Amino acid sequence: MSALDLVLPSTGAAATRRSRAERRMMRRGLVFAAPAALLLLATYIVPLLVLGGFSLTDYKLGAVSTRFIGLENFVQAFHDPVFRRALANTMLYAVIVIPCGVGLALGVALLVQGRRRSRPFWEIAYFLPVTATLVAMATVWQFLLHPSLGPVNAAIRALGYAPVSFLATPSLMIPTLAVIGIWQVLGFNMVLFLAGLTGIPKDLNEAARLDGAKSPIDRFLTVTWPMLGPTTMFVVVTTSITAFKVFETVAVLTKGGSGSETLLYALYLEGFEYSETGYAAALTLLFLALILILSIWQTLHLDRKVHY
Amino acid sequence: MTPQSLDLVGIGKSFGGADVLENIDLAIRPGEFLSLVGASGCGKSTLLRIIAGLETPDRGSVAIGGQDVTEVDPSDRNIAMVFQSYALYPHMSVRQNIATPLRMRRLPLAARLPAIGRLVPGLEATRREIASAVEDAAEALQIRPLLDRKPAQLSGGQRQRVALARALVRAPAAFLMDEPLSNLDAKLRAHMREELAGLHRRLGATFVYVTHDQTEAMTMSDRVALMEAGRILQLGTPAELYERPASLGVARFIGTPAINLLPVEIDGTGRISGLGRDLGLEAPQGKRGPATLGLRPEDLRFVANGSPARILRTEHHGADRYVTLEILDRSAPTLTLRQRADEEPIPGADGTVALGFHAGRAHLFGADGARLALRERRQAAA
Repeated sequence: MSALDLVLPSTGAAATRRSRAERRMMRRGLVFAAPAALLLLATYIVPLLVLGGFSLTDYKLGAVSTRFIGLENFVQAFHDPVFRRALANTMLYAVIVIPCGVGLALGVALLVQGRRRSRPFWEIAYFLPVTATLVAMATVWQFLLHPSLGPVNAAIRALGYAPVSFLATPSLMIPTLAVIGIWQVLGFNMVLFLAGLTGIPKDLNEAARLDGAKSPIDRFLTVTWPMLGPTTMFVVVTTSITAFKVFETVAVLTKGGSGSETLLYALYLEGFEYSETGYAAALTLLFLALILILSIWQTLHLDRKVHY
Repeated sequence: MTPQSLDLVGIGKSFGGADVLENIDLAIRPGEFLSLVGASGCGKSTLLRIIAGLETPDRGSVAIGGQDVTEVDPSDRNIAMVFQSYALYPHMSVRQNIATPLRMRRLPLAARLPAIGRLVPGLEATRREIASAVEDAAEALQIRPLLDRKPAQLSGGQRQRVALARALVRAPAAFLMDEPLSNLDAKLRAHMREELAGLHRRLGATFVYVTHDQTEAMTMSDRVALMEAGRILQLGTPAELYERPASLGVARFIGTPAINLLPVEIDGTGRISGLGRDLGLEAPQGKRGPATLGLRPEDLRFVANGSPARILRTEHHGADRYVTLEILDRSAPTLTLRQRADEEPIPGADGTVALGFHAGRAHLFGADGARLALRERRQAAA
């Protein structure tokens, strides 16, 4: 018994000592993690919370007083014809840009990959729009598509048709912007697909040939397409985000006229032109939610299919 | 399908000015297991890929079963190949992997399309045939429980079996194998060697097997073609290559531990001297000058009266013992002697031993590396 009495207090002391050392280590750990955590808080979390706060008020930039109005901004958004038109326009734009921007890029990548000597030329040519400033390039597009001065309409007239005013006809504006959008994402997507294509083991294509996959279509379906799965998923997600964020071309070419607003442009008008900070914050949250839901859905849905 | 012969005539191939294959002639008999063996870069894989049709030869022709296929697409050659990487389609189950060669050949393109392919009518009988052929191939390689797994979920040995099943499911004219066992661990490799040899016996098909591992070539093959620098140095049974190497290159490559090579001199009368003495051998057609004497480790032995040597180290390999020796007072290379473990080395008076060799089994190679005839003189002193 006396032996036990001697042992117990000493282990108890050791336990407290150990826990004190542990606590000290924990404090040090927190101190080291703090700068990163604070930065994250200051640049991402707090602005998002502030944004959420604004979205529940009728705050106008520079106003002295503001009022809490609950979800009224969100209710207003769904009754606002401009916002609904912007939503519809953005959807139409995305529906054109995503499949064409991905599909054409894959086609171009397959063609470029087969070239030996001219490959660098094609890579650079298709990648140029990615490096150029879209606002600057938009002015070139404006000239190209100009009803009286542009070469596109000159060609249309030469074929005996009436000139088309691409950037002023309401039904043509979004599709025209979408074509420019495709032109812009094509090169970037092509480079991603080229990287994906180089990652396909040569053995697999050869095995497919020996297995009787004679036509290129068979080899594409048996090897290339399934092996490009992860690349395709990445390209689809990034292209979707780019498409939903369309802004520069609208701001420069149509200025949202004749009902050609997109989500980001409508948001810009509310927040910066009309100084409706509260309403713009609500629109921003809606936009974020849309992108987030779409990206999560795409990732979960596609991820299961592309990783083996 | 009955096994087919493979005939290569005058095959030449160069990549960017460098000759990889020079004028290869090789007639592979129906049902034969032939190994192409050689160090890396000797052209053996290129030769296999030419047979498969994955490379086009610059010169020469390839015939399968007597029919010229030099210009025929790989998909129409009816040849199966097992790759070193196995090249399984990672997105398909084992069942789909094995079915692919049959689907490609028996189903029209429309029926092979994903999703909508199932809607093409009138192919139920073909689909059932394919399914049962896949089951049979899986049965033959004992991988039926794995049929619904993906390749990523399999071990190396299992993937190897799937690759073999995919090759044999369509009864090809010949099987080509490119270092199929080199990604497996030593124990599994020995096991798969046995299985491959067994598979060859069961199928009776023509096998062409590329390897850098002489053990694989020697243990499984009917004949071995030993290649070096784009040429076939010797074509023969494993025993022929071991017992009568046609050149120094062959003698060096075949055999573990490697053959002992002694520099010797042939004099004007054909007598051979080396290790500072007359070796009691003569080369009837040998030209005067330096030559090389090849002695297999098992043909060296301890004798009462021979070249004095010192034991450097002894390696125990279970049934055998390898003894590394140094000839005293000579600049000769160290030699390896192989003896049964139950034989005792004969220690000499001062820690040295006397070394002799089995003169009847020595190999003589001229200065150009070609094999020369060798015979014992009457008063052999070895």
